[in-house]
Amino acid sequence: MSTVLIIFCVLAAITLSTAFLTVFSRNPIHSAIYLVICFFSVAGHYLLLNSQFLAIVHIIVYSGAIMILFLFTIMLMNLNREDEVHKPRFTRLGAIVSFCLVCLVLIKIFIDSKPIVEYNYTGEDYQSIKVLGKVLLNEYMVPFEFASILLLVAMIGTVLLSKKEKLKK
Amino acid sequence: MNNILTQIGIENYIFLSVVLFCIGIFGVLYRRNAIIVFMSIEIMLNAVNLLFVAFSTYHQDAQGQVFVFFSMAVAAAEVAVGLAILVSIFRNLGSISIDNLKNLKG
Repeated sequence: MSTVLIIFCVLAAITLSTAFLTVFSRNPIHSAIYLVICFFSVAGHYLLLNSQFLAIVHIIVYSGAIMILFLFTIMLMNLNREDEVHKPRFTRLGAIVSFCLVCLVLIKIFIDSKPIVEYNYTGEDYQSIKVLGKVLLNEYMVPFEFASILLLVAMIGTVLLSKKEKLKK
Repeated sequence: MNNILTQIGIENYIFLSVVLFCIGIFGVLYRRNAIIVFMSIEIMLNAVNLLFVAFSTYHQDAQGQVFVFFSMAVAAAEVAVGLAILVSIFRNLGSISIDNLKNLKG
């Protein structure tokens, strides 16, 4: 067993266990903290695949921006209580059964499928920040600009949605 | 660590992201707190992103990573708008249990 495989197994165990804890923990704050750990381990997977740019962007966007947003929303709503009423037992049983079935079907599909392209390493540089920036700003220039428009629209929409409605007289 | 996929294998990454995606589905079905449902959706998005990066490495093509970049931008926008909607729901109903949101039920 090589070192890389051991690192992968440890990271995968952290990812899966924290994802499960996110779903299962009663307190929403604890869920958010576990989700941060999950995101960091996914960034570790990106680093393992040698895509440095995406790892850094993932940490900044997910663990930085999105989780702060989640934590502030939980704080604003004062949801730090554990009095959540659970779903009826029948629904929960259905959730567990459908989880197992979906997992089984997808894994079976991927076990039985054959790879179309064989992996052969050529040593070509394809994921350093230099190459990625060239691809992003040459071939994907228009979608890149549209992403900025999308973020602007989302920002305006958020401000409009979270403004208090004036009482109609 | 250049030929990482010869040491780990693309299958392990596929299984990891399949299980992660299923945990996301499970969270959406199991919980009724809307914020946890949102977090489960984030887990699902992350699973797909991980698979994108793994296959980008497999094909040695930068386009998969560019796609992940765009999906991160969309996820950020989605979370911002979704949480704003949740805040206004909380203001009107006093709770964010998704069982309260059945006005559209016939």
